[in-house]
Parts: sequence; C-alpha cells; structure tokens
Amino acid sequence: MAGLARPDAGRIRLGDDVWFDASRGVNRPPEERPVGYVFQDYALFPHLRVRANVAFGGNGRADDLLERFAIAHLARARPRDLSGGERQRVGLARALARDPDVLLLDEPLSALDAHTRSSVRLELREVLRELALPALLVTHDFEDAVVLADRIGVLLDGRLLQLGSAAELVDSPADPFVASLTGGNLLPGHARPVANGLTAVVLEAGGTVLSTEAGSGRVGVVVQPWEVTIARTATSDESALNHLPGVVASLFPVGNRVRVRVGPLTAEVTAASADRLELAPGEPVVASFKATAARLVPLRD
Amino acid sequence: MRRFAFTALLALALTVTAAFLLLPVLAIFLEVSPGRLLDQLGSEVALDAARVTLKTNAIALGLIVLFGTPSAYLLATRRFRGRALVVTLLELPLVLPPAVAGIGLLVAFGRQGLLGGTLDAAGVSVGFTQLAVVCAVTFVASPFYVRTAIAAFESVDETMFDAARTLGAGPARTFVRVALPLAGGGLSAGAAMAFARGLGEFGATIMFAGSLQGVTQTVSLAIYQEFDVNLDAALAISALLVLVSGAILLSVKVVSARAPSVWTSPPRFARSG
Repeated sequence: MAGLARPDAGRIRLGDDVWFDASRGVNRPPEERPVGYVFQDYALFPHLRVRANVAFGGNGRADDLLERFAIAHLARARPRDLSGGERQRVGLARALARDPDVLLLDEPLSALDAHTRSSVRLELREVLRELALPALLVTHDFEDAVVLADRIGVLLDGRLLQLGSAAELVDSPADPFVASLTGGNLLPGHARPVANGLTAVVLEAGGTVLSTEAGSGRVGVVVQPWEVTIARTATSDESALNHLPGVVASLFPVGNRVRVRVGPLTAEVTAASADRLELAPGEPVVASFKATAARLVPLRD
Repeated sequence: MRRFAFTALLALALTVTAAFLLLPVLAIFLEVSPGRLLDQLGSEVALDAARVTLKTNAIALGLIVLFGTPSAYLLATRRFRGRALVVTLLELPLVLPPAVAGIGLLVAFGRQGLLGGTLDAAGVSVGFTQLAVVCAVTFVASPFYVRTAIAAFESVDETMFDAARTLGAGPARTFVRVALPLAGGGLSAGAAMAFARGLGEFGATIMFAGSLQGVTQTVSLAIYQEFDVNLDAALAISALLVLVSGAILLSVKVVSARAPSVWTSPPRFARSG
C-alpha cells in the first residue's frame, strides 16, 4: 500500500486516484502517496528529537500534533528515552503530520509489553475513532482486531479467506483457519445428511455430533467455548442434542470464568459453576452443546 | 594441561607480542634526546615534507570522501548483478603491493602510459608531480574508507529509509537527512583510517611521483632519504608520525564507542569485509 514493496500484479487505488496498476505500468513512489505509516517498532529517527521527528514530513503541524497526543512535554526528548506507549504516540503523530488520506499501522501493539498493551490499545481505538480516517491495521492478534477494527480480513498464505465483522467471523467462519483464529473449537469429522434436515458428523476423535447446517464429506465442526455446557451426568431431558462424555483434562481460570478442556473440546463456564460441580482433572463429565450451535466448515482431505 | 600453566602460556605469548611491537616505537623516542628531535623538526627537509604531506593528503581525503560516499551508499543499499565483483575490485588496492600500485599508476597515467597521450594533449603531466602524490595516496587509501562506509550504511536499519520515504522524502533527501547522519560515526572512522593510511604511503608514491623535496617528498619519503644522511632528522620525522598516527587511532576508537546509538537490524547483504 505504501509503495515500499512492488506487487507482481493488481491495482491499488484510493477513490479515483490510482497508485499502482501492474497492467498499465503505474507505480507511484512512496513519497508521492498520501499515506501515514506507523511501523511495527515505530522507526523513530534516533538522531532527531521528538519534535524534529514529528516535523520531519513538513507541513508545520508538529506542535498541534504534539498537543493532540499529549506529548508536548516530550518535544525535546530523544526516542531512546521514551517508553513503548510514548513511542507509539510519537509514531502516530509523525505519520499524521502530512495530513494523509489513509493510515497504515503495522502491528502497532506488538512492540509493547503485556502490561501496557491493553491500555494503549484502548487509547488507540479512541484515536482511530476521532480521526475518522480510513485505516488499515495489520495484526496477528485476533483480540486486537476485534477491539480496533470495524471489518476484519483474514489472510493465509496470501489468500483472503474471509472479510467481515468480528461477529460474522466468530459465528460463521468460512475456513478452519478462521475458526481456530477466533478461538472456537474445531472438531474434524465426516458428515452426511440425516433425518429432520440435520447433518450427522462422525468425529475423528470419536462420537457423533448433529448440526443444523448442511454439509457432506470431510468437515470441521466449529463450536464456541461459551456454547459448551458441562454436566456430571448426561440428560436426554433437554433440547441440546450433542453430548460428548469425557474426562476433565485441564482447568484454566480466566478472570471470573474457567476454561475446561474435555477431550478435544474446550468449554468456558463460570468459576462459580466449576466450583459447584467440583470440577477437577480426572473427573468424568459430559460436554454438551446444541445442534444449532454446531457450525460446519469444509476441510481439505 | 593445568589451568594456571595454560593461562601463563597465554600471558607469555601476549608479552612477547606486545614487547616486539612496542620496542621499535619506543626506540624512536629513546634513541635521541627530545631537544634534538624538536630541533630537527624545524629543518627545511622536515618542514617541506610536512607541507607536501598535509596538502596532498587533504586533497586526497577530500576526493576519497567525495567519490567514496555515494559509491558506498549505492553498494550498501542496492542489490545488482555483479555487486560482489565490484566490491572486490574496490578492495583490491588493499592487497596490492604498494610498489605494484605505483607501477600501475605510472603505466596508466604517466607520460608513456595508457592515458598519457590524452593527458599530454590536455597539457596535463601527472608523473612526478604533486598530482601524482595525490593519485598514489588516493589509490591506496580509498578502500579503507569505502569498506568502512559500506559497513556503516549497511548497519543503518533500512526501516529508517522506509519511514523517511513514507514521510515524503525522495531518495536524495533520504540520503542526506537520514542515511548520512545515521552512518556518520562509521564514515568518520573510515575517513580517519584512510587518512592514516595515506600519511604512511611510500611505495606507490616513490614510484609514481618520485621524491623531490618540496614538491613530491612526503614525510615517509623524507624519512627514507634522511635515514642514511642524517639519522636524527629521520628519527624526528618518524616520532612526529608516530604521535599523529596514535592520535588518529585514538580518535577512531572514541568515535566508534559513541556510534552504536543507532538501532540496528541485520544488514541486508553480507558484510563486505
């Protein structure tokens, strides 16, 4: 996008402004593209002070931007003396100095330690909302994408697997990679249609699962952890059709919840429930979920 | 082998090496009294030699930096076919015997040389003039600068250049505002080493420029001439050279120690040298 690398084919344009067109030999150099680029490690110029960094692109807006990002007090500091969060703000301010039409952010949070990440992430979300500038953000962390983005595109091996809102990606993953990225369970198996418009999937890990989605051949059953209930005994006196007996393999507390691993499934229950049921590794339990919660994604053979 | 014995052997090797390298340098200062040394430095021969050396070396260094810096930048930042070959060619004078360099310069630029006719027609005669000294010094000293300069540019994180481009700086402005300042430490160190090498140049100079006092006789050539006529004079000039060389080496160390304030990432190409 920024013009720092040259694609083999394709077209890049903003509105009617064509920046790159392989078929017509158009390739505008980076200095002529109206982009603001925030690099993964911020790439602040070490030989310049903060104010000089922000003013590098010219345009006389340096002081306003320093004010806006609350770093005016750091104007004479050197990049090496700044904290991660401060560097990010300088990087952002610098990228905006030329009044760009698009903001490009390359893994803007990966250079931060875990402690500062979540607060800086929320700050960044506010900034992006305020700026109301089209922004393209690259990240490996699905959670970052959920917090910061309006639409999420999942790329694997150079292919766009799915483009949609976070909810769409979680509810209807188009590909097993997307399913695992969003944190859902993925159970491979073999599907065939059965009575009542349902699909039965014989799981490779053992057992059979019913789904309201259509599918055949090799598929992955996608179930979100919070849709899996844990019980001591199986009941047929309820609407959920899928019951997978197993043994508790591990428990992982996350805040007021507990992630319980039973066989190939990870379930998320409240900590209170985990206590009440006296869940512990080795205990026999039944993991259940509804057929309506079982999504099917095609798997390669 | 017992630990103590091994360490003792290492220390012995170091002592012998250090003594061997230090003795000749010390001897220069100890052989004659300081008063006599200073006396000799004021002689015609010494002063002429100093003048010739300073003038020719300053010009040579100027040329080396002027042409060497952009060359090094190109080699450090672009990949092209034959790049390795070009770098090796530029390093050649490092391993070439100075006398061979001198002969080479003579047959290239001298009266009867390859370009001799052309230069003659332009009214320029190179052999045995101060211009020849500049040529000889430039020839042998440039690899010292260019190699270090390439390494200096390579050690700059290329994301810096990317950042500058996205901020509206074209390739030329990026070179001036980002590459030069960030590679500055390395470039200075390279220039200092090239200067030191140039000061000590003898073989190529004497073959191509001759040893005419006041015209082409540099400090090194003066030492050689005075050596069997007036040892004291030779010693005086040598002592001066030792002090100057020592000062240059020290300044390079100091600058290099300050240089790593630049954030670095692995260089794009293998380091050349």
